[in-house]
Amino acid sequence: MDVLRRSFLKLTAGAGVLTAAAAAGLVKSGQTWAATWNKSGFESKAAADALKSLGASNLIDSKDIAITAPDIAENGAVVPVAVTSKIPNTQSISILAEKNPFPLAATFDLSGGSESYVSTRIKMGQTSNVRAVIRADGKFYTAVKEVKVTIGGCG
Amino acid sequence: MAEPMKIRATLQGDVADVRILMLHPMETGQRKDAKGEIVPVHFIQSVVVTHNGKTVLDAQWSQAISRNPFLGLRVKGAKAGDKMSVTWTDNKGDKRTDEVAVAAAS
Repeated sequence: MDVLRRSFLKLTAGAGVLTAAAAAGLVKSGQTWAATWNKSGFESKAAADALKSLGASNLIDSKDIAITAPDIAENGAVVPVAVTSKIPNTQSISILAEKNPFPLAATFDLSGGSESYVSTRIKMGQTSNVRAVIRADGKFYTAVKEVKVTIGGCG
Repeated sequence: MAEPMKIRATLQGDVADVRILMLHPMETGQRKDAKGEIVPVHFIQSVVVTHNGKTVLDAQWSQAISRNPFLGLRVKGAKAGDKMSVTWTDNKGDKRTDEVAVAAAS
């Protein structure tokens, strides 16, 4: 497993073209059922483009967002991340790992009944900022936390 | 492929603490197998959680979510015995739905 990961990481640099091909295949199968899946956002290779796809401009830094993630993640394949927002009317929570090949990891739309909290585990290719973006009443709030990754896990 | 999920929903006051563990390879499309061939991208794209039939969480995921994904959320206004249902759909169109009843606080 670890040996595979090592050899994989060496190959990652050259895998970009093939990734694009895989993504193209994904588009075809994805279109049949998921009209709402944020394709442009999830395929963005830069965090700024991913934010744009969320419609997030004029990001407001907020201290009311708590990102719970380890300071140092030994295994980038499994980085526990939890986001809690104290902003009223939080409608959605997005999680980005800014230096991943595709930074946008997930968007959670919360509707009536859910507390503004989600917890999950993400993969991180390298040490990077984890950014949470909260949509509340049409405004976008954000917070970041740096997670140091010892072994990358984008494979 | 679609293995059952493990879902636990426990009441804390009037808030249900829901923890979901799905079994899915979550391939990124960047990994190679022993033969040096790219393992095709295969991941859960959408997860919907409903509480007594009402959607409380609609998540869109990328391949950056870890293998055998974990999802935790809290649902307000829940009572013991309420139905929590979770459905995921992956990029190949596979689906899986599982349902549990909210358990009273222990």
